[in-house]
Amino acid sequence: MHIKNSKRIVALGVLAAISLTGCAAGGSSGSGGGSDAAACAPSDGKVDLTYTSWIPGIDKVVDIWNKENPDIQVKVQTGPNGNGGTYKNFFNQLSAGNAPDLGQIEYDALPNFRVQDGLTNIASCKNVTESKDDFIDWTWNQVTFGEKDSVYAIPQDTGPMAMYYRKDLFEKAGIPVPTTWDEYAAAAKTIRSQGGYITNFPQNDVNWFAGLVWQADGRWFSNDGDKWDVTLTSPESEKVADYWQGLISTDLVSKVPAWTDEWNNAYNTGSDWTWISAVWGANSISSGAPDTSGNWAVAPMPQWKAGENKAGNWGGSSTAVLKGSKHPYEAAQFALWLNTSDEALTALNKEANLYPATKAGLKLPVLSEGVDFYGGQKIYDTFATAATETNSDFVWGPTMTQTYGDVADGFGEVLGGTGTLTDALKTGQKKTIDALDAAAIPVNK
Amino acid sequence: MTQISAGAPKEKLASRTAAMIVMGISTLYFLVPIWWLFIGSTKSREQFSSTAGLWFADFNLFTNIGDLFAYNDGVYLKWMLNSIIYASFGALLGTLFAAMCGYALAKYRFPGRELIFNTVLGGVLVPATALALPLFLIFSQFNATNTFWSVFLPSIVSPFGVYLARIFAAASVPDELLEAARLDGAGEVRTFFSVSRRLMTPALVTIFLFQFVAIWNNFFLPLIMLRDQTLFPVTLGLYTWNSQVNQIPEIRTFVIIGAFLSIIPLIIAFLSLQRFWRGGLGAGSVK
Repeated sequence: MHIKNSKRIVALGVLAAISLTGCAAGGSSGSGGGSDAAACAPSDGKVDLTYTSWIPGIDKVVDIWNKENPDIQVKVQTGPNGNGGTYKNFFNQLSAGNAPDLGQIEYDALPNFRVQDGLTNIASCKNVTESKDDFIDWTWNQVTFGEKDSVYAIPQDTGPMAMYYRKDLFEKAGIPVPTTWDEYAAAAKTIRSQGGYITNFPQNDVNWFAGLVWQADGRWFSNDGDKWDVTLTSPESEKVADYWQGLISTDLVSKVPAWTDEWNNAYNTGSDWTWISAVWGANSISSGAPDTSGNWAVAPMPQWKAGENKAGNWGGSSTAVLKGSKHPYEAAQFALWLNTSDEALTALNKEANLYPATKAGLKLPVLSEGVDFYGGQKIYDTFATAATETNSDFVWGPTMTQTYGDVADGFGEVLGGTGTLTDALKTGQKKTIDALDAAAIPVNK
Repeated sequence: MTQISAGAPKEKLASRTAAMIVMGISTLYFLVPIWWLFIGSTKSREQFSSTAGLWFADFNLFTNIGDLFAYNDGVYLKWMLNSIIYASFGALLGTLFAAMCGYALAKYRFPGRELIFNTVLGGVLVPATALALPLFLIFSQFNATNTFWSVFLPSIVSPFGVYLARIFAAASVPDELLEAARLDGAGEVRTFFSVSRRLMTPALVTIFLFQFVAIWNNFFLPLIMLRDQTLFPVTLGLYTWNSQVNQIPEIRTFVIIGAFLSIIPLIIAFLSLQRFWRGGLGAGSVK
């Protein structure tokens, strides 16, 4: 694996140099193939597209399109989730020249595909640029990278964050629902004195931590077109790290690893009281803690300053047209339909709990119903508000897998009792710069 | 051996007890995960995380199996069938080729024989995983990725089988017998199939078993080659589901029960072919 990775990083560096200088010059030169931004025209005759996605039940959603569009037939291909192998497959296929026309790519992986020149610019395809205002503001920045006249993917779903909490336990203990992080820490103390934990600190969900930094208006990366700037150790980021370090050091949060039976059990037996998580977490709790049905509620994330309304985001993906597609026009039309039409968004939500990235999608009938597990609360209203309160400037870096890994290693040490979260971020910062440098991706040191 | 059995009864008892303990621990060590898997398969989703992992809660095994078979239009059954086809036909052809190749290397003298054998031997050392990506690029050249053949063809090659077949043929097929067959007018091919194959049966069963298990458990090649889920073997299918658990927690039950069912064919293959295997080892030791 290591050998393959380093090879890939070399290739990545070369392409990064190409694409970044391309941007600086003010326009993509469209390296090879007829996928230039200007060349987005409909194909003649019947078109067959391939679309790779790991969304469960996606084939049923695509069937709707296929029935309505006999001339543009989409064939679904599937596989494990992105980091589980599908991204590697995409890169293999890109180098073999047989990549699918469309692929599901999470926001935090898009920059990697961009610097490796794996995406087609579909900005000039019909209706694409015009659809900008249909989408939640921050998602559009994720798919354009802030480049001029560029759209590299269509946003699909998002993971606006809020606070899931045990309403019954909070009421019984007489603790007011925390609206600021200070109140959250105070609540943590009271809960600990009653034998519970307010939540756990997950070692491996570094993207969850990034969501918290995102809420604090922090950024981990930025790119001015010439060079990447890595800012894992920005003041906002360190503020979040210090805060959680305090909770960990004083044993106010548990160290149970997320996504394990132990973790489910902590919620099921009421020993963990809250979870700051994304909209899709609603199902994780209801399936992991079935005995607590009806006792949960959702409130906005605690704020850094009282009275503020800011939310973070955890997860979400886009539908990208991959490099080498012979039918970018048709692919773009399909991607737009899949991610903006009511019928597709409703079906995606029904099949796979996807939470739409469009503004109109937040008002889908299925998303305005009360949920029994949460005592009948209309929980999606809270997430819809959170989605619009998410900072638009957050940028992912091109080597997120490496960054996540290195930061998670540091987090692991903290939970093991050595070092601090800030140290983990410092190490992550250094290793990320090294990785970018080793890949010949221009970076400020 | 003789020394130990001739020793004092006390010592004999002690060593036997020690051996039993070691074996007992190993057995437990290997069987606990399977037990856990079985127990997990009998539980409903609600009880899976809330009850003890190594003992029964309500017995829902058959409901779970029914749900698994019904999920996503019965794609799990398709995966099982695919695995059975890849593994049994792949192992059958793989064994045939390995036997013929090993036999030829053992019984015929021709220039380059050792070179070929050493090359094959080198092949034993290269892990199949390392070949997956090059194979993908080669199959891409022929537009043959994401097809049945892209997984099946690489599966019928077994360098280790060739090695084993050669060693076994050299030891168990006497030259005199081949000479006699030739004098009786049998062609080389007929001699191989009617005389040598029989003598080599224990080795062939071993090769078949090894190859069957290797193909059944092969994961990386299908992961890289296949996109169409109707072509997936059960390993890749379960992995795919498992990677979606965070998104659709309901799938978790299916992963557990699916994993449990997927080891059953391996157990059947082992138990039914084991006798031949033992026979082979015995035959070798007598000589």
